[in-house]
Amino acid sequence: MDFSDTPQEAEYRAKARAFLNAHTDDLPTLAGDELARLARQRKWQAIKADSGFACISWPKEWGGAGGTAMERVIFAEEEAKRGVPDAFFGIGLGLCLPTVIKYASEQQKQEMVGAAVRGEQVWCQLFSEPGAGSDLAGIRTKAVRDGDSWVLDGQKVWTSGAHYSDFGLIIARTDPDVPKHKGMTMFFVHMDSHGVEVRPIHQMSGGVEFNEVFFNEVRIPDEQRLGEVGEGWKVAIYALMNERVQGGKERGISAAETIALARKTPVGNATLADDGAFRAAFADWYVRTRGVQLTRYRTLTAMSRGQVPGPEASIGKLVTAFELQQMSRLLVEAQGAYGMIDDDDMAIFQGKVHHDLLHSPGIRIAGGTDEILRNIIAERVLGLPKGPQADKDVPFYQTR
Amino acid sequence: MNFDFSDEQEMLRNEARKFLEGRCPSTRVRSVLEDPHRAYDEELWAELVGQGWTALSLPEEHGGLGMSRTDLCVLAEELGRVLAPVPFASTVYVLAEALMIAGTEVQRRKLDAIAAGDCIGCLAISEGPGEPSFDRIEASVSGGKLTGTKLPVVDGMAATDALVLAKDEDGTVRLFLVALDHQTVQREVLDTLDPSRGAARIVFDATPADPIGEAGLIDPILDGAAVLIAFEQVGGADRALEQAVEFAKERHAFGRAVGSYQAIKHKLADAYVNNQVARSNAYYGIWALDAGSDELPQAASAARVSACHAFWYAGRESIQTHGGIGFTWEADQHLFYRRSLVLDMAVGSPRFWRDRLFGAVERFAADDEARKAV
Repeated sequence: MDFSDTPQEAEYRAKARAFLNAHTDDLPTLAGDELARLARQRKWQAIKADSGFACISWPKEWGGAGGTAMERVIFAEEEAKRGVPDAFFGIGLGLCLPTVIKYASEQQKQEMVGAAVRGEQVWCQLFSEPGAGSDLAGIRTKAVRDGDSWVLDGQKVWTSGAHYSDFGLIIARTDPDVPKHKGMTMFFVHMDSHGVEVRPIHQMSGGVEFNEVFFNEVRIPDEQRLGEVGEGWKVAIYALMNERVQGGKERGISAAETIALARKTPVGNATLADDGAFRAAFADWYVRTRGVQLTRYRTLTAMSRGQVPGPEASIGKLVTAFELQQMSRLLVEAQGAYGMIDDDDMAIFQGKVHHDLLHSPGIRIAGGTDEILRNIIAERVLGLPKGPQADKDVPFYQTR
Repeated sequence: MNFDFSDEQEMLRNEARKFLEGRCPSTRVRSVLEDPHRAYDEELWAELVGQGWTALSLPEEHGGLGMSRTDLCVLAEELGRVLAPVPFASTVYVLAEALMIAGTEVQRRKLDAIAAGDCIGCLAISEGPGEPSFDRIEASVSGGKLTGTKLPVVDGMAATDALVLAKDEDGTVRLFLVALDHQTVQREVLDTLDPSRGAARIVFDATPADPIGEAGLIDPILDGAAVLIAFEQVGGADRALEQAVEFAKERHAFGRAVGSYQAIKHKLADAYVNNQVARSNAYYGIWALDAGSDELPQAASAARVSACHAFWYAGRESIQTHGGIGFTWEADQHLFYRRSLVLDMAVGSPRFWRDRLFGAVERFAADDEARKAV
């Protein structure tokens, strides 16, 4: 049990710091509109790739640095300390490209992997549909074979970044006559293909991160199939395996910032920091958010010993999303009536807490709802039996 | 970073688990629970001493094995899993820690007796209703003699020696070492929520008392005990959850296993999350304790707050998952429920530790700012 850096880790951290300190002018920020931010992030991604700091734990063969999971985390920690946003490439490099590396042809990998690592090409994930969210295997977008190509028809939804992506990883129904998990196939698609239409979704938080994506007779060659026909579910599980480990990152304002705010917030003749109820609520928030952060270090230790992270990594997002919602509400409410003012120039932390309050409901749903994550823990970690599934072994076309 | 136990520590765990599964089935816990005349399981205690467990973390010059507290917490977790009815925490996490941190050469001789199993400790803080508060301590020492009443004192009937919080002649509240075999000491057993880790009322009437350490010694003692007891709680919480899961897989209602219903699944998934959160905080706590880190006050508070919650939730919902059978005396579920409550209150309640956690995080953040400014 040693929480400090090992000599090798300390050496790597020093290297990462030296690199970041030499590039202070290149570090991306949150300023400007989306396109401006994307341009800066792309440039930064290319600089990192040239210096061996992009996709650190990937093999060198695919543009990575051949490093360890721990090194990836150390670099991410150092980037985060300097306020570098973690944006635009997470879905592509975390989820789509590992799938491409496992299932695409040599030539496709040569064309696509390096470009994605350098930030030249951005990827999105086209899984969810209006009728298939938590029950992802219920997708209805169909792919019909026509000679050497496939024709896609249907609608995807909740697609982050579809509007600036070059490629998408898409799962489609290729055989409606077999039970739902068996009739799907995975493909990748150029987002500028004829018949692809992207429409932004206006979120309850006011932001626009997600899209609806419509496929109207979109024709793609069979070479863009990833995995065997009918094996789409297996490929999707492989892709999503990576999402869980990412989902536990820290969210919201820090413990020190929360306490500093509490000290400035009047309650009666004292402050919020003297209020027993708030101190107790803070403690519960602290032990849970800190607890999942520390659990992530345990997962990393297991990974550095060669173990593969299992479904237990699901606890990260389950805890942090809910705790973010709770603490945001507590801090906003503690402002009294003033707390209802959602104006960045007037609100606490320039509106960041209000933003978290309106954004956190989405985090509790995206990438596995709280309820689905609890099912995963109960079934895959604790080994409890699945409930009855009415559509099990039923041909897909007969299901609702 | 290596945020896990070593291979040697895992071997120690396997041996400890095998030993305790054989020697400490729940019938042993019940035999102490159901007999008001037994303060602890003397036979099991002798066996633990024989295995070198009380000596494990003590220095070699005092007959100890010179191992770390991280080794010790492996034993703590295993003792917690089986709800061992022995005064291990009071002796090893509290009394021995105090002697090692602050004992004089003469006082430290007690460590030899702990290693040999001839000394059992207890921590006497509480005097009545309410959280420990220096302002309300009435026990006092004058001319080297302690007078006052302490209750409840966990393991107070089993103990040979007490660590007592009392005022000295200047009115400063501090810890004293007190031998309990003196004629001026009167003890009686109290009815408590968990008689398998019983408690006593102890009345001191001009009893010889020997001051130990500085006035602030109680803080590191509480922090260390919080971390090590957190491992007992994590062990108990894990076992309570395992029993609930086993039952939910077997028990059928409305034609299927009750564990296939989401109402049960989500409850037990929440228990799993609580246990993982508590385990990770406990790991951080034991690291901070062994490394002598200035993060110990916040790490210890976090370990205790999360472990209290995890054990309480798992014990409570394990009974609920078992349904009516879980409410019977014969089922083991109430043993976990009872132990979780007593460990909750043994070294300051969760309420006390939540407040302490806020203070510790605030102080650490301020020190951190000061360090950055330099």
